[in-house]
Amino acid sequence: MVEKELDFSEVEKRLGVSRRTFLKFCTGVAASLGLSTHAAIAMAAAVADPKRRPPVIWLHGQECTGPTEALLRSEQPSLEHLILDLISVDYHQTLDAGAGHQVEAVKKKAMQDNKGKYLLVIEGAIPIKDNGIYCKIAGETMLDITNEAAEHAAAIVAFGSCASWGGVQSASPNPTGATGAPQVLKDKTVVTIPGCPPNPANFIGTVLFFVTYGKLPPIDDKGRPKWAYGRLIHENCYRRPHFDAGRFANEFGDEGHRKGYCLYKLGCKGPETYNNCPSLEYNNIGGGVWPVGVGHPCFGCSEKGVGFDKPMFSLADVKTHTPPNMFPAIEQREASGGLTAGAAALAGAAAGAALGAAAMGAKKLDAKEGDQD
Amino acid sequence: MTTRITVDPITRIEGHLRIDVEVDDGKVSKAWSSGQMWRGIEKILVGRDPREAWSYTQRFCGVCTTVHAITSVRAVENALNLEVPLNAQLVRNIIQAAHAIQDHIVHFYHLSAVDWVDVVSALDADPVATSKLAESLSDWSLNGPHEMKAVQERLKTFVGSGQLGPFASGYWGHPAMKLPPEVNLLAVAHYLQALDIQNHANKIVAILGGKTPHIQNVAVGGVSNSIGHDAPSVLNIERLMLIKEFIDKLDHFVKSTYMTDVPAIGAFYLDWAGIGGGVNNYLTVPDFPVDSKGTEFMLPGGFIENADLASLKPIKTFDDAYFRDGVAESSKHAWYEGDKALHPWDGETEPQYTDFQDDGQYSWVKAPTFYGKRAEVGPLADVLVGVASGHEGYTRYLNQTMDILKAVSQNPDIPLAAVHSTIGRHAARAIRCGVMLDTLHDQWQRLVDNIGTGDLDTFNAPEFPKGEIKGVGFHQAPRGTLSHWVVIEDGKIKNYQAVVPSTWNAGPRDADGQIGPYESSLMDNPVADPEKPLEILRTVHSFDPCIACAIHMVDTEQKEIVKVKAL
Repeated sequence: MVEKELDFSEVEKRLGVSRRTFLKFCTGVAASLGLSTHAAIAMAAAVADPKRRPPVIWLHGQECTGPTEALLRSEQPSLEHLILDLISVDYHQTLDAGAGHQVEAVKKKAMQDNKGKYLLVIEGAIPIKDNGIYCKIAGETMLDITNEAAEHAAAIVAFGSCASWGGVQSASPNPTGATGAPQVLKDKTVVTIPGCPPNPANFIGTVLFFVTYGKLPPIDDKGRPKWAYGRLIHENCYRRPHFDAGRFANEFGDEGHRKGYCLYKLGCKGPETYNNCPSLEYNNIGGGVWPVGVGHPCFGCSEKGVGFDKPMFSLADVKTHTPPNMFPAIEQREASGGLTAGAAALAGAAAGAALGAAAMGAKKLDAKEGDQD
Repeated sequence: MTTRITVDPITRIEGHLRIDVEVDDGKVSKAWSSGQMWRGIEKILVGRDPREAWSYTQRFCGVCTTVHAITSVRAVENALNLEVPLNAQLVRNIIQAAHAIQDHIVHFYHLSAVDWVDVVSALDADPVATSKLAESLSDWSLNGPHEMKAVQERLKTFVGSGQLGPFASGYWGHPAMKLPPEVNLLAVAHYLQALDIQNHANKIVAILGGKTPHIQNVAVGGVSNSIGHDAPSVLNIERLMLIKEFIDKLDHFVKSTYMTDVPAIGAFYLDWAGIGGGVNNYLTVPDFPVDSKGTEFMLPGGFIENADLASLKPIKTFDDAYFRDGVAESSKHAWYEGDKALHPWDGETEPQYTDFQDDGQYSWVKAPTFYGKRAEVGPLADVLVGVASGHEGYTRYLNQTMDILKAVSQNPDIPLAAVHSTIGRHAARAIRCGVMLDTLHDQWQRLVDNIGTGDLDTFNAPEFPKGEIKGVGFHQAPRGTLSHWVVIEDGKIKNYQAVVPSTWNAGPRDADGQIGPYESSLMDNPVADPEKPLEILRTVHSFDPCIACAIHMVDTEQKEIVKVKAL
């Protein structure tokens, strides 16, 4: 990529900074993110030429379209903004205007034209029993389709519990051999966004991280982005003080339930489920819009081995019994600071503008890189 | 000359559907509807706690979210003869009505409109003329010239990017596209606006359900939303007023825009009021119970034969034997063993995959019948049964829709029989959406009033007896009659079967070789270009297919699946 090919006049107008300052700034941002100079120039290019939206191939296997429906309810950004302005959804059965062989032809062409550059999103489980006959699209099994599409994908995201670990149809006796994408694509890095369906913010936050920075965010050993799945629900639940104090609801509508006590004895799986439901809540309403917020125990929909596995009203396996018994002393806490308000604003503008581009860093990532913290 | 067309996948639906047709002289002469995915969720339910069946069944479908949760608890409550506190009925009803509104809006604007609307043609529209046209049709506040201009600019930028995304495969410029550029632009503007508006309905569902898709406030015996005024409880007046805000916003859009757009666009496609009629038998169940026993309902149910409204046989309560005894399913042409039509409680099903056989088995969907007859379910059935029952709202909105259709098309002689058609299904869905809004207002007010009487009950604890009990729960879902059938033994699920709307409509040939509603509605459809079978999509989409729902099985004896023939 050659610097002088880029037209920065638009950027100068938009951001109110000179070309030189801007390029320097991008290099700084890239360095702070651990990206190469190449990435910095790509980022600058993305800002200067935000025309090309990153191509996305979206597969549907054994699923209920819940994750796509969740995206339809997203507001950060809206689905409209996402598909018109930020990414190019080149194949998606729920959205595509065409059908049948037309849409299959578009998919094949998009995969060919963007070889090694497209983001593959998998929604739904992959049935592997009996050679995969339990889910077919255009005469091919989901199993074959997944393997084919994964081969030249820049990155792979499994959206929802079904794609992440098999989901509801993998519950015993798993009649169709429903399997998650990471288990089918063993030699690939698959980012997982479990949940039934997941909070769309967890998906969008991860995809836009990739689109913006050209690499995947830090993930845990199950492929889950740490920014979204790094804590147990129990650790962030506002009913937690009732747990610690021994105040529980024993039945829906009883006195403890009406007073908003802890739902542990009703079978809440918050103590063994990693997700950000209590902090982010759902549907951008506020005021307690998440399952525990409406008085129902969490059933661990995002957690393999919990959701659709453990009985709903059985007691959870509590991974953390008490609050941490040691807090750092106030004076030992690190002083905050560093970033000035102006620098933060500029960083926001650059990151925002860079969303439009993808080509910049859509490179293939190996497991090590994806797993870095 | 006969041309065989296979459309696989059918897009802009839930699930995996394949449609095959034979075309003779530009018209469909034979049709096959085939579900292409099977998950086996009922089989997974065997042996589990009936109190949590709803969380599994709700995952049949994320588009029809909520409906399988509420129908499941109704089935278990029916088996237990368990009453549900009035507050809980009303909370469930508000969720159902709000969800239905969202579902209908999204189906029209986002899943099916591009069958009729040429997005690319909107680039040629005059935004000022578009606005004028819109203002002549309704008082919706976002029909101004600036809005139309902004939408057109946005569309220009998008098309100019060369990356058309989901629109790349569209049938732009197809000879069956008939709208003038201004109507196309108006529809695109409302497509974008509706994306925002539908979220108002989602928020109502989420405030009560904890999230959407897939609510979690459901419980056998009531709901988990505790009501209280003396503690930080779950449901209080603040939450109720927030819901009210969203109801009012939805009301404005649905009544001034959705209910106008459908007949206005339909007026340009009057030929489609004579195409796509189905089996002409219509089935719906009563819904929106307003007592704790489930004997009084806001909306009527019943069965109409041969498109004759006078033939209406009513279905009145959750326990109505006329409904309970009439349902059977055949798997003769589906990929399961056995030929006979069986009642859901007695269903025996073992997968037997053969690949697609025109005269044999060709779908994972089974073929339900009502007293041996195929029946169409969905908004068209709901509207027809509503009108035949003398329901005020359905009758008023049907007349209003016909009036707009006649006025815009300048054709005063459109007969009521025009509703038995592809366009008729879209019109019926808009009419039902209006009825849903009125129902939503009513149920909200009832809940506020009932809480005001001091009734705070939301839950009656279920107790499961020793021995075997059976129950059926039904729901007038957005896509039509939904029923769940459960057999419980010693407090565990012994048998579970869902007979869902898209099973009724998408089912293959039955035990007697009768074709199903999709197949029947495709007969005589025109197909101008076999390479671009837009007309097939129009008719299939008019049913609002939901295939993940439609495919399921019951396995009474929990046998391992052994007889699957792999390709």
